[in-house]
Amino acid sequence: MVPTNYLLALSAVLFIIGVAGVLVRRNALVIYMAIELMLNAANLAFVAFAAEFGAVDGQIAVFFVMTVAAAEVAVGLAILVTIFRTRQSIDIDALHRLKG
Amino acid sequence: MSVDLLVLLVLALIAVGAALGMLFSRNVVYAVLFLVLVMLTLAVLYLILGAPFLALAQVTVYAGAIMVLFLFAVMILGPQKLTETGGPIGWQRPLAFGLTALFLAEVVYAFAAKVGGLGALNCANAGFGSPAAIGHLLFNRYLLPFEVTSVLLLVAAVGAVVLTREE
Repeated sequence: MVPTNYLLALSAVLFIIGVAGVLVRRNALVIYMAIELMLNAANLAFVAFAAEFGAVDGQIAVFFVMTVAAAEVAVGLAILVTIFRTRQSIDIDALHRLKG
Repeated sequence: MSVDLLVLLVLALIAVGAALGMLFSRNVVYAVLFLVLVMLTLAVLYLILGAPFLALAQVTVYAGAIMVLFLFAVMILGPQKLTETGGPIGWQRPLAFGLTALFLAEVVYAFAAKVGGLGALNCANAGFGSPAAIGHLLFNRYLLPFEVTSVLLLVAAVGAVVLTREE
């Protein structure tokens, strides 16, 4: 069977690619998708540990992460679409109304 | 190299390749589809790791509902004429890439170099990640988080409707 640290390394690589996506991209939708990628990487770590210790609790945690991610995507995309309606742009460099 | 390790390597390459494709693609629809590929690859990985219910939940909920919602949003927002210049701070993008690469090297060394550091997988008993096993835990030990999550979903649905209402 596969040692768990390889799966954790894969989870970390996916997480770091998600972090790079949040830092580098300018399109708010792609930043949002990078956040989803980070959540998926965390899910993989949960499932890997659940398999190593034979505890289904890790899979319950993934279940809750998926549910919260679904709720977050619904509200976040609603906010994004509303912003686009008023500002006509989702470039995050253009969305700086809160700047001092 | 055992068959399990080989399968893991192939799936890992596909997942990381698709994630990098999502990171670097200029077209937003391509980025969405690359992310769907990552999620499907992770679903196959969950299947291998003894989580069949989660694998199909991942395909149905994550790749089938959440990513479709993203596609709806992409289609609503239409073609974006973003130039991806890196914004008003010119040195931010190279610094972000450099620090991310450093973090990546450090984490991969910390995990992959620990030969025999962590235990091997032992999900050999039947019915490990089955819906019955998940249901047993979900409705006994984790009943309160389950109910709170259902309220959270209701709040999210109402919130999405309220936020996009025409004034």
